[in-house]
Amino acid sequence: MLACQDASFACQGVTVAAGLNFSVAPGEWLCVVGENGSGKTTLLQGLLRLKPPHGGRVISSLKAEEIGYLPQQTVVSRDFPASVYEVALSGRLNSLGLRPFYARRDKAAAEMNLERLGILDLKNKCYRELSGGQQQRVLLARALCAARKLLVLDEPATGLDPLATLQLYRLLAEIKRENGLTVVMVSHDIPNALKYADLILHLQGRQIFFGPAAAYRDSPAGRSFIERGPVSVL
Amino acid sequence: MLRALVVGLLVSLCAALLGVSLVLKRYAMIGDGLSHVGFGSLAVATAMNAAPLTVSLPVVVLAAFLLLRISSGSKIKGDAAIALISTSSLAIGVAVISLSSGMNTDVCNYMFGSILAMSKADVYLSVTLALLVLILFLFFYHRIFAVTFDETFARATGSRTGIYNMLIALLTALTIVLGMRMMGALLISSLIIFPALTSMRVCKRFKTVTVCAAFVSLACFLCGIIASYFFATPAGASVVIMNIIAFLAFWFLNTLLLWRGRERKK
Repeated sequence: MLACQDASFACQGVTVAAGLNFSVAPGEWLCVVGENGSGKTTLLQGLLRLKPPHGGRVISSLKAEEIGYLPQQTVVSRDFPASVYEVALSGRLNSLGLRPFYARRDKAAAEMNLERLGILDLKNKCYRELSGGQQQRVLLARALCAARKLLVLDEPATGLDPLATLQLYRLLAEIKRENGLTVVMVSHDIPNALKYADLILHLQGRQIFFGPAAAYRDSPAGRSFIERGPVSVL
Repeated sequence: MLRALVVGLLVSLCAALLGVSLVLKRYAMIGDGLSHVGFGSLAVATAMNAAPLTVSLPVVVLAAFLLLRISSGSKIKGDAAIALISTSSLAIGVAVISLSSGMNTDVCNYMFGSILAMSKADVYLSVTLALLVLILFLFFYHRIFAVTFDETFARATGSRTGIYNMLIALLTALTIVLGMRMMGALLISSLIIFPALTSMRVCKRFKTVTVCAAFVSLACFLCGIIASYFFATPAGASVVIMNIIAFLAFWFLNTLLLWRGRERKK
């Protein structure tokens, strides 16, 4: 469904991720790990076709309308007036097609996703007045609204406390099972990544590991990264 | 007079609706640049004895696309480019006017607007275009919101953001050309910026901000016209002064609300 063949990506002319060879089948959960600046976010942008590959090929059988995306940092200006509901609903934009307005099922989907994330009571609150963790959940609800086949998440646990992080992983596993979604996420949370993900891709400027999560634990790359884990998160 | 009033109200409505998106996208300067381009093209049109709207419409629309393209690149370059284009067209406009008819009341009218500057054909064209802007805005409202709030997300999930950005630029260009002669080239951008900022003082949702901006803009226009009638001041300047008053009033209201909220918490 989604694959890279010897692909490399550049950020402002500098190659930040090279030698990428991996593939994700429908319904699989891929977790991209690596230290800061190892090219994870750039890879996601490449997979989303926001950025063309510098070399090699990205193969995708998906249409952009089938993808939900949670950016790492949304550059929303401090004074942007938008309610939580408006933000979540904007995730349904890709199912509008040629219709000018949202139908009842779009609104229902937005409310359902807010409910799932436990923020339906914030529906009419102003987005910019929420805490970081709450904003993150709103953006996740928006991503869920947009995702029909693939969900791309860039550090979804940013700003969430440990309990909320655990809930997030459980929720993702549940949604993935229910809707048959494929998940590609960047994470610094190695224990949870190993527990929930099917596949691990370890980047360090280039691909140093790709394979099942169970095999990663025993690989040299995995072992050294897990041992140093808490340090590299800082 | 009635005709001018109808056109003015429609233009203020369009400007307020688009203004919310432009201000939030940090495109407010583009509106200002476009009005100067409009001034230049208006001067050239008059010198050539052509109908003002038919010349300035395509020129300003073209400039809008150009400015959008420039500002989507590097930010500092965009700012400088806007200043470059707006001052160039201002200079060309002034030079053309002084060559053709000499510096006279025309210049003053272009710069600061005149409510009597509209012919009957102009009015029909203006009303049609203003309605077109309104209808397009309504139909693309949700898309405009999405592109304004988070362009990257919209693009990643399959929206053709380039087209919607161009739509916003096109609608802005139309609005500016239509409002320019009544409000004046130097003042028209205030019609775009003020209502949005005013309603953002108090409202917290995109929808309420948009609706509130529309009403503020209409009210300020009406009050401004009435004031200009009684005090014999230029219509454009009077409308802008009303907008300043509304902005200060909303700002004060918001401060008051915040203060009361804090008091209650204590």
